[in-house]
Amino acid sequence: MAAEGQAIDALGQFKLSPVLGALGHSVNFTQANLFMVVAGLLTIGLLYFGARPRAIVPGRLQALAELSYEGILKMCTDQIGPEGRAFFPFVFTLFFFVLMGNLLGMMPYAFTYTSHIAVTFALAATVIVLVTVVALRIHGMHFFSYFFPDGAPKLLAPLIIPVEVISYLSRPVSLSIRLFANMVAGHVMLKVFATFVVMLAGAGSVGFVAAVFPLGLNVALIGFEFLVAFLQAYVFAILTCIYLHDAVHLH
Amino acid sequence: MEVAAAKALGAGIAVIALAGVGIGIGNIFSALVTSVARNPSARDQVFGLGILGFALTEAVALFALLIAFLILFT
Repeated sequence: MAAEGQAIDALGQFKLSPVLGALGHSVNFTQANLFMVVAGLLTIGLLYFGARPRAIVPGRLQALAELSYEGILKMCTDQIGPEGRAFFPFVFTLFFFVLMGNLLGMMPYAFTYTSHIAVTFALAATVIVLVTVVALRIHGMHFFSYFFPDGAPKLLAPLIIPVEVISYLSRPVSLSIRLFANMVAGHVMLKVFATFVVMLAGAGSVGFVAAVFPLGLNVALIGFEFLVAFLQAYVFAILTCIYLHDAVHLH
Repeated sequence: MEVAAAKALGAGIAVIALAGVGIGIGNIFSALVTSVARNPSARDQVFGLGILGFALTEAVALFALLIAFLILFT
């Protein structure tokens, strides 16, 4: 068996390498970029072909497109309020970019671009910059009262203000690490179990029979990873909405 | 060899945080089940909150796991 006698190489799957031959090599077009393009095209395709029939009674694809549109719109207006419609395109794009990244990563031989901190931190930084800009535009200098809630005792100001500032600044960190760590941990876990199955199956006939159990566990884990893939995209979008709510309403 | 042993020990110690996360996730879902049992019509509203709480708590577990990976593989 291939993996017999080798160490478990769990992190090799996250290695970037250029694709598309010499052209891709010259501009460092890696699998991550390739799958971002694929994710974008898939999202556009879903919405274009989903919206095209314009049937009163939607078919499967149209139902999916309408369901996702209405779901995200409801999330925006529920969390942010009526002003949430303005941020709907942003949240929708973000949700689908993350969701497609997570789901594409579940395909065999595919690359999960959301498993790179550079990608997730770029997304989170975009969110936090947008939130700050929106808050400053709506409230001006009054925005800084966000760091000191009304009615708190003045004596506690030296304690409350640093805590609030730190919690505000740690938002992009926790937002990006949550997504990135979820994806990395999930894929590492799958890889470790899969390698273990191969190793066990290579260890003789008893091992071959015993390997059925970790294989079954791995199948269950893949189902769980699909759940996590959707959940993390949802959490990313809803946390963006919550931050935008804070920016629009200040507490 | 001592460094490798210390790394393995450190990674093991780093994931002690999972004990707290287990308690937290158990708490969240017990509260979710209780609230749905008391008021089944509120299911849609509390389910989203429960999932959000689950994801936020799970993130803590993943931070610990990440530290363990950093200790082990770098």
